[in-house]
Parts: sequence; structure tokens; C-alpha cells
Amino acid sequence: MLIHYQNLFHAIAVAVFAMGMAMPAAQAAEQRGKPLQPAQINAKWKQECSSCHIAYAPGLLPAESWRKVMGGLDNHFGTDASLATEESTEITRFLVSNASNRWSTSTAPLRITEGAWFKREHSGRETPPAVWKNPLVKSPSNCQACHTRAEFGDFSESNIKVPE
Amino acid sequence: MLRIFYTSGLTLMIVAGLAAQPAFAETPNQILSSIQSEAKTVPGFQGFSAERGAIFFKTQHGKEFSCTSCHTENTAAQGKHASTGKAILPLAPSANAERFSDPAKVEKWFKRNCNDVVGRVCAAQEKGDVLTYLLTVKK
Repeated sequence: MLIHYQNLFHAIAVAVFAMGMAMPAAQAAEQRGKPLQPAQINAKWKQECSSCHIAYAPGLLPAESWRKVMGGLDNHFGTDASLATEESTEITRFLVSNASNRWSTSTAPLRITEGAWFKREHSGRETPPAVWKNPLVKSPSNCQACHTRAEFGDFSESNIKVPE
Repeated sequence: MLRIFYTSGLTLMIVAGLAAQPAFAETPNQILSSIQSEAKTVPGFQGFSAERGAIFFKTQHGKEFSCTSCHTENTAAQGKHASTGKAILPLAPSANAERFSDPAKVEKWFKRNCNDVVGRVCAAQEKGDVLTYLLTVKK
């Protein structure tokens, strides 16, 4: 009987260890869904959304957020970014069908930077305040200032290069 | 029968291909003349002025931004988006052949930018003055 307990303890220990090892990947996938950007991208989305900033990957927000963003383009964070209905419909379809499918909270923020995962990944410990003050970074919306492959929806740690 | 299918399929593909083409390319002068036909419908229209266009382009119109906030005073050089910092290619047609060559694009950006800079749609007179001015900018 004692042996059985020991076996059970061993099994639990192995399971806990395995979970621990798997955590970073699981956490990263928890709220953003994967992949952030599908291999097949929509040409209109790329063209229109990258006119003033990088075309943010659809997986960075849940579907409801994209519906709100696309429904308010005539006042897009203080700027008129309105599109013809046909373009807007096509781009909305692409964003919604590739949106984050693992958004764990019920919020649908307009800003990517308002997401809980964004705040966690860019906490003072992860991203020192001096980084944001760098004129080359300018704003948290400037993903590509540090995430060198942001326009491809690639935000992996290995592709981060904080400008000096 | 098979041939009919084949031919109709091919025709469909060609038609679809043509439809997918961007709007017919025009020259800045063609675009200017279509703005002019619109401006002519307003009584008292006396043509466009590069000087008036330059003033319109460089001054604020009661809002935070002017055209130069993003396109800078030198439209033959690269500009910079005032809020995102993204590089904007030169606006003057002499420095950027793509500018004012796609009527849909011209209409889209005048609508957006006039709303941001002037807080309303621009009159044909204003658009024509600005384009006339931009056409005088040398590389």
C-alpha cells in the first residue's frame, strides 16, 4: 500500500513538473490564440491597415473588439480612417474570422494595449519605464520599435530588440 | 460540351481578372481636371491658385493638425505620421509618381484628411488649389 502511495506521489510530482514546463506556452496561448496572424493574409487588410501604422495581427484582439474598431473607423482614435463599405466588410470578415479565440475575459477593448495579457507582458519588470520614453519607441502602439517582426504577427521573445 | 465549359470558364477567369484590377490609373492633371469640372458648378469659380493652395496646406484650420503636421513643409521629402510616427512617402507628384494617380485613393484621403484638418469635407475649390500647389513643387 505504501508503495502505491509512493507511486501516486511520484506520478503527481511528474505531472506537476510537466505542467510547469508547459506553462509558458500555455500562458502565451491562453488569451491571444495562435497563430496571431494566419499564413493566408487578406491583401486589403494589409494595404489599408498599414497606411498609418503596422497592420496589427488579427489574433491580438477578440472578434467583438474588431467589430467595434471596424464599426468606428470615421473616428479611429481621433483620426478619420473611414473606408468604403466594400473594403470595410472584407477586412472585418478577415479580422473576425482570425481573431483571438482564447480571450479569457469578457472584455472587448478597442486598444490592444488595454488587454490584460498586454499589461502583464509589458509590466514595469518586463519593460522598464525608460523604454517608453525613448523617442524611437514613442508609443506602446509602435510594436515594431522593439518587436522586429511585429508586422508578420511574430512577437516571440527571440525577435525583440529594444532600441538604445 | 466540354469545350463550352472550358471556354466559359476561361472567359469568367478573364472577366474576374479584369474586375480585380485597381481603378484605372490617371495622371495628376486628369484628376485635377475632374476636380475642376466639379468646381465649375459653383457660381463665381475663377480657376485654381497654387498660392492659395500653399496657404491652405500650411495653415491650421481650427484643429490640432494642419496638412504639414504629417506631410511636412517639404512635400518632395518623406513625411511622418503625427501620431504614430510612421513614415509617409512624399506627396508631391514630382517626387512620387504614384501620388494622384488613383481617383478612389485621392477621394478617400481627401475625405479623411479634410475631416481631420478642417473638420468637414473640402470644397472642390480647396482640393483643386492644393493639388495645383503640389504640382508646382519641384523634386
